[in-house]
Amino acid sequence: MSEKRTITLKVNGKTYAGLAEDRMLLVDFLREELKLTGTHVGCEHGVCGACTVILGGEAARSCLMFAVQADGMEIRTIEGMADGEEMHPLQTLFSEHHALQCGFCTPGMMMTALDLVHSRESLTREEIRIGMSAAICRCTGYEGIVNAVQDYAKMVYGNAAKGSRSDV
Amino acid sequence: MKPASFRHLQPASVDEALAMLAEHGADARILAGGQSLVPMMNFRLARPAVLMDINRIADLAYIRDAGSSLGIGAMTRERAIETSALVKSSAPLIHAATENIAHLPIRSRGTIGGSIANADPAAEYPAAALALDATLVAKSVRGERRIAAADFFQGVLTTALEADEMLTEIVVPKAPAGSGAAFVELSRRHGDFAMAGVGCEIVLSGDSVSGIRLAACGVGAGPVRLKAAEAALLGKTLGKATIVAAARAASAEVDPESDVHASADYRRRLAGVMTKRAVEAAAAKIGQPA
Repeated sequence: MSEKRTITLKVNGKTYAGLAEDRMLLVDFLREELKLTGTHVGCEHGVCGACTVILGGEAARSCLMFAVQADGMEIRTIEGMADGEEMHPLQTLFSEHHALQCGFCTPGMMMTALDLVHSRESLTREEIRIGMSAAICRCTGYEGIVNAVQDYAKMVYGNAAKGSRSDV
Repeated sequence: MKPASFRHLQPASVDEALAMLAEHGADARILAGGQSLVPMMNFRLARPAVLMDINRIADLAYIRDAGSSLGIGAMTRERAIETSALVKSSAPLIHAATENIAHLPIRSRGTIGGSIANADPAAEYPAAALALDATLVAKSVRGERRIAAADFFQGVLTTALEADEMLTEIVVPKAPAGSGAAFVELSRRHGDFAMAGVGCEIVLSGDSVSGIRLAACGVGAGPVRLKAAEAALLGKTLGKATIVAAARAASAEVDPESDVHASADYRRRLAGVMTKRAVEAAAAKIGQPA
């Protein structure tokens, strides 16, 4: 058993510190040490996408990184989306389009979608389908998810003020 | 599952990393992007005693114009390669291969050096490096070796790298003027491991094929240079008959194995189909702006 080290992360704008063994995955650190359980852990080999977070502005699998690797980095998770009681526009669109049923994949879907939309200047429906194939949903059949992301993309690209990287 | 315990080392420079490798050698694994190694550790298929994490070595991430070639640092993220205008214009096969690698969140972390040093038979970069006769630069405390791609890949997850060596740079010859390149593959879900994939760079003189480079992934113990398919095209008039001949040659020269995703016969057939599609797509790219 290796010793634990103090890891400091900025998550959703707030600085957190916690203890992690070298072998602790970033997703387990977020969930078990920082008690930010919105990020889910699924397959643990990078296939399902449930653990996707925004790391330094880019979507990444938090099950394929160790917490020690993220020391000092900035992370955005599902907990950082809503502003108090007011949902993020992407959350509202997921609700309107019935883009979730059980909700297990939803945090990873939203992080995937945020990076996909905000790292581009335009997206076709086919490009959205390819981009969102980075995360697996076993309930919805994806139509609602693609519809929600497509509406979000329209909103972002049609509104320069909201289409900045700072929103990711 | 969760990974077994290991000692995490985080060198800040290449020299520091090489000294650590000289000390720990076979007990150590190098952690690059981690998109293949960490899954293997999570499933305890890999249990390194020492994990040497080179993610904080900033000067291993670069894309440099070196005249007739590009030098790509081993820790350059796939996402940075995908969005590089220099790679797209000077090494379009590397750009095309990148677009086929997994998903955007994987490409955020995955690196070209990690993919090549890992040498997964289904991976895109090893096939592209082999097709382009790239040079792999390996360093150790003993010095530097420049290894031809044809000598580098030696089987499933096996390369010419010694235990104390680290891949530091991939040198990719620039694409000749008037060439076209494409990388095509087939997988069950976009971004999954390819059942078969083929990369192609082609140069035409009029209707005649004056340059052709073909390599496949997913159909052997490592990347496969499709020499018979190349021979079926070089110096010939590019047309339906020669492309079909090249596809048949590709199917005949690969030796795939069966697994849960596809049978050997299916993969063999796919090698031909992917060759046909890659040659057609590469030829269609000639003269198009990067």
